Amino acid sequence: MGSNMAEAHPVGFQWVMEAKARGARVIHIDPRFTRTSAVADTYVPIRAGSDIAFLGGVIRYVLDNDLDFREYVAAYTNASFLVREDFADTEDLDGLFSGYDPDTGTYDRDSWFYEGTEPPRDDDGDRAKTFSEPFQAGASGAGIDRAAEAERDPTLQHPRCVFQVLKRHFARYTPEMVERVCGTPQEEFLEVCRAWTAHSNRDRTTALVYSVGWTQHSVGAQYIRAGAILQLLLGNIGRPGGGVFALRGHASIQGSTDIPTLFNLLPGYLAMPNVSHTDLDAWIADQRTGGHKGYGYDVDAYMVSLLKEYFGDAATPENDFGFGWLPRIDGDHGTYRTVMDMIDGKVSGYFVLGQNPAVGSAHGKLQRLGMANLDWLVVRDLNEIETATFWRDSPEIETGEIVPERCRTEVFLMPAASHVEKEGTFTQTQRMLQWRTKAVEPTGDRRSELWFAYHLGRLVRERLAGSTQERDEPILKLAWDYVTEGEGVWVEPSADDVLRRINGHDLTTGDLLPSYLGLKADGSTSCGCWIYSGVYADGVNQAARRKPHTEQGPYDAEWGWTWPMNRRVLYNRASADPEGRPWSERKKLVWWDADEGAWTGHDIPDFPRTTPPGHRPPDDATGPAALSGDDPFVMQPDGKAWLFAPHGLLDGPLPTHYEPHESPVRNPLYRQQGNPTRKVYGRPDNPSNPAPPEHGSEVFPYVLTAARLTEHHTAGGMSRQLPYLSELQPALFVEVSPELARERGLAHLGDAHVVTSRAAVQARVVVTDRLAPLRVDDRVVHQVWLPYHFGHTGLVSGDVVNDLFGVVQDSNVFIQESKVATCDVRPGPRPRGPALRALLDEVRAAAGITVETGTRIATSHGVPHTEEGS
Amino acid sequence: MNRLYGPLDDVAGDAGHVEHPPRVGFFTDTSVCIGCKACEVACKEWNAVPEDGLDLLGMSFDNTGMLGADSWRHVAFVEQARVTGRQDPGFAGLPTGPSGIPETAGAVEARLEAAPRGGSELGTEPLPPGRPEPQALGMPGFDRPGDLTGAEGRTDFRWLMASDVCKHCTHAGCLDVCPTGALFRTEFGTVVVQQDICNGCGYCVSGCPYGVIDRRQHDGRANKCTLCYDRIGDGLEPACAKACPTDSIQFGELDELRERADRRLAQLHDLGVGEARLYGRDPDDGVGGDGAFFLLLDEPEVYGLPPDPHVPTRDAPAMWKRAGQAAAAFLLAGVAAFVAGGRR
Amino acid sequence: MGVRTWLGSIGASTPLGAWPVYRQLTGADPLGRGAAAQSPKHVGLRPRTASADRVAGSVCPFCAVGCAQKVYVRDEEVVQIEGDPDSPISRGRLCPKGSASLQLVTGPQRLDKVRYRAPYATEWTELDLHEAMEMIADRVVAARERGWQERDAQGRRLNRTVGLAALGGATLDNEENYLLKKLFTAMGAIQIENQARI
Repeated sequence: MGSNMAEAHPVGFQWVMEAKARGARVIHIDPRFTRTSAVADTYVPIRAGSDIAFLGGVIRYVLDNDLDFREYVAAYTNASFLVREDFADTEDLDGLFSGYDPDTGTYDRDSWFYEGTEPPRDDDGDRAKTFSEPFQAGASGAGIDRAAEAERDPTLQHPRCVFQVLKRHFARYTPEMVERVCGTPQEEFLEVCRAWTAHSNRDRTTALVYSVGWTQHSVGAQYIRAGAILQLLLGNIGRPGGGVFALRGHASIQGSTDIPTLFNLLPGYLAMPNVSHTDLDAWIADQRTGGHKGYGYDVDAYMVSLLKEYFGDAATPENDFGFGWLPRIDGDHGTYRTVMDMIDGKVSGYFVLGQNPAVGSAHGKLQRLGMANLDWLVVRDLNEIETATFWRDSPEIETGEIVPERCRTEVFLMPAASHVEKEGTFTQTQRMLQWRTKAVEPTGDRRSELWFAYHLGRLVRERLAGSTQERDEPILKLAWDYVTEGEGVWVEPSADDVLRRINGHDLTTGDLLPSYLGLKADGSTSCGCWIYSGVYADGVNQAARRKPHTEQGPYDAEWGWTWPMNRRVLYNRASADPEGRPWSERKKLVWWDADEGAWTGHDIPDFPRTTPPGHRPPDDATGPAALSGDDPFVMQPDGKAWLFAPHGLLDGPLPTHYEPHESPVRNPLYRQQGNPTRKVYGRPDNPSNPAPPEHGSEVFPYVLTAARLTEHHTAGGMSRQLPYLSELQPALFVEVSPELARERGLAHLGDAHVVTSRAAVQARVVVTDRLAPLRVDDRVVHQVWLPYHFGHTGLVSGDVVNDLFGVVQDSNVFIQESKVATCDVRPGPRPRGPALRALLDEVRAAAGITVETGTRIATSHGVPHTEEGS
Repeated sequence: MNRLYGPLDDVAGDAGHVEHPPRVGFFTDTSVCIGCKACEVACKEWNAVPEDGLDLLGMSFDNTGMLGADSWRHVAFVEQARVTGRQDPGFAGLPTGPSGIPETAGAVEARLEAAPRGGSELGTEPLPPGRPEPQALGMPGFDRPGDLTGAEGRTDFRWLMASDVCKHCTHAGCLDVCPTGALFRTEFGTVVVQQDICNGCGYCVSGCPYGVIDRRQHDGRANKCTLCYDRIGDGLEPACAKACPTDSIQFGELDELRERADRRLAQLHDLGVGEARLYGRDPDDGVGGDGAFFLLLDEPEVYGLPPDPHVPTRDAPAMWKRAGQAAAAFLLAGVAAFVAGGRR
Repeated sequence: MGVRTWLGSIGASTPLGAWPVYRQLTGADPLGRGAAAQSPKHVGLRPRTASADRVAGSVCPFCAVGCAQKVYVRDEEVVQIEGDPDSPISRGRLCPKGSASLQLVTGPQRLDKVRYRAPYATEWTELDLHEAMEMIADRVVAARERGWQERDAQGRRLNRTVGLAALGGATLDNEENYLLKKLFTAMGAIQIENQARI
């Protein structure tokens, strides 16, 4: 669901095909019939943006028919916990939970908490929304106060226990409702329910795969939550063959989340300090607030060790280990906010490193206009990409919105070293680090980013040398003494040395650390990323191991290295029953070995090694020592998986179907139309298409979605330049059903243009039976699809599909909704130049679009959320 | 003697290879093909085959069109209004109208007819240069969305994908008509063009019953799959088979592949995929069986394969004699002659 | 059949290329379609991977599956990139993009010189790499200063700059992201983002 695995991850898909050959049933649920559907046993059509309604329907089916894995659910989830009396559900408030504030578009989340415990702190949803707090802390939520002491009903009968709350919440997600919302015929839907539940028990597990088809929505985090709740109810987490698989799209996008180039995180998912963190203790207290259980408790050791790596000897207990040198965040500094700040003249310089936002980010025009209003831009890439040439060939040149002679942005386009011209690690989608050896030296001006970062740091430090300004202290105190190779000034830093420092050292002995378990908060250890500690255990680059799979066991522990601690299946304690015995012989993974007094098995146990199944910790225990023997979810403050999230999410403790920001239909489930906390940017340069109950939505009657093709890669910078890939998909096309083609007079292979309030994009028409209209509520809804790889440079070119999308985001993680919008499709080529601007003016006028359109995020309240001064 | 047609047990031995390795080939199981085209790219990277045109063909996801001098692997995509075995295409119950396949096929056919070389330039040149404006499937609608669609006009659907390649025939027409000895049978029983000998006469092009072998535009020499003669000589798999993510393309000893294919066919039949069949597996067929054979889910014509290929040398030695005369003529002339026209 | 099976079937210790080729000009190949027709160039033909000076273990740079690659180098040039059959993730297989890695790395589309576009210019000009680095460092220091924020309206310490931003990381190595984040953080730059948000 939300993944086109055969097309986007073909080599990973070999395992699906192998499972199918062994008798597994493959079901593909997707808005269109893809190459994945073609080899699946069952294809199930769904309207883009309605997956929570579908999953909610399956959850209801499970609960209504008592098909949950009851022993697992009772022991390992928070199903038995009681929720506070003042909690009100979407059932009570027509699509809102208790605590909603229409003025800020956020929730006061106190009432979502467990009975008998106090909410963690002054819980300011408005503040949390400004810097994507859930992404910092994870759904486990910093700040659960003594959750383990919450009242419970092990029989799961209490009307306010999570299990019953869940039942009530999803009661209206009936097969009839699923059909009305998703357009999926009931029989198809029920077939999925039957298959999913029939293959989830002691002997069987079901795996769930998703990709950005789930994340890129204004309610994206809750899509994942819905999938997780279902897999938990069916006992499919932490067990072999089960799980929720996020298939990620770039070679090291997982790595760049773990070791983040993200504004609100430090390495290892440590929260970037905010303005309230006056000192290190305040930061630690904030991360821990009451969360006395699990590995998250040891954040002090993780943070201090990071600071020791950052600042070396300059980080001392006396100066708070240099915590005060870190910058503080106090709001949204995400990429889309930053681009708008560029347009507003607040940003001088911009580095774009191996990314192509002029094509790959939503609302491409916004991206290009932002870049056109900088002092300078540095683009580092293998090839000349659209982001580097916006001043010369962007679509805005033709419309006169960017004039090269009046565009002041200074552009440096620097050739990057390729993956074979440097050494280092990528982290792939299942958290495995794999080391690449350097095959050849880069030639010409091609250099690694390591070289670039190292020398930029060196040159900046040179320029600030001798400064007495306080602000320059962290730069001058930075531990920038990496091992280098080569002669002279322009040496190459050693990636091996960087990886060693990421792994961390015992500073008293100088030894590399074996794992994060040895990290200390007293400054005696250094570690660049605590979850990666162990990658250099025993002085061996574990990520470089390449023992053939034919020479080792089913979990291939000696190929690469998987964080944390080379575990291949997270939370695998749950593969055994509460007494520590495998749920079944067929599905055994780790188990308690009473003779050894330790957990053992095929994988590295994700649990304190010698904590027995029946262990009950003393009341004053903290951290890992506070885990009970049946608390498999070791990062959670209560050791349990959360069916109901009392904290950590901004848009509700339970997933709820909301219509996409732009939708042709009224939400059939609730009065509340869209996600009431979604992040909108009401500005004239970011218009929204109207959605019911707003007027004007009929101007954009079709559902628009976009995705990848196998033959190209993301924004095309690594594929549209290659003849062998370009010839396989040489042109931008738009897929339409025969029904829509008839309705709009579209001819196969003819030209058409797709129109939204942001842009018109021209594409060749491909009429195909693979898309079919759906009946949603009482009307027929058409969906159109385009691949988003095209731009204006390269061997093959085409309009930028992401120009069609506006910027609206999930409030939890600030990911934009670029998997669904509304549009019109018209035959023939699009107008060009000034005529294009005239067309867009015309459709915006026809739909009555103003800066307030789409920003009244609380349907019943009508408060617009626009930017000041706009 | 059946050296020119019918079953032939020892194809390499028949071509003069003593103590040769077993005959090898491809078994392409199209029922697991995901149409990723890794085979096309891996082949081109290994064999340095040039890019083959940047035209959107409208033939589903196929923009290669057909096998040729610059496409030694070709993945065909077939959209059909029928189902495979117990597969559920999911369209039942949706408010669909009639299938669009006839119209889309018609649009593609119209382009092919308008093309100067009747489609043999597929995937190589823009097609056609002055194509007529595509016709819409119906009148532009002024009705509300969905009003024009009836309920459940189409329900059955499947999307077939298949990677095609040179068949390395037991009796290879191309080889039999080659007057220069450029084409030869290797010790593995495969058929390879030797570029250092080929003079571009093009006889092989018309000698191939599958329309596989083709002359390259810039030098006129014949080109096709070599079954990675250099790789298999060193114990490596051919590039396409090695890359294939789902093992749709399987390389190995032909005898073993045939057994494997028989087992797979039986398995699919047991699973209710009655339409599964093998193509090129039978040593009694018109070319004595193929070195590269296929498991298909429909009639071969559906995939663009001839239903009953015959080696054009069935009535040899007349053709052989003619080929010999042609070779002599070339030598006399002292220049390479280029036969006008396309691949067919 | 995997490579290993295939090797096993012919005897792993004797590469097929070592097999004798018999050019029987008379008798065995009377029609001259096999051994007799083989050109010298095609006798004992070896794959170019066999003559590589070295093979580097690598990982595909496209999606996040993490398929292992073997990079064959001869005379300091990459001559072939293909899947590594030892990998438990990919078992030697590559998709079309991974299979095009050789073209990605060695193709003429690769940039190899710094290009510079001055303000208001309509064309690229060339710029020395080291000079570019010096210029960028100057600009970073200036932009940092220009966008510096010491405290917010309530007097709380911000200690940061909003003068410069960065985007990228999903295609970079962990070690590279580590240095970038470390450097930018020390400089007080906070608008550091990558594809993981997109």
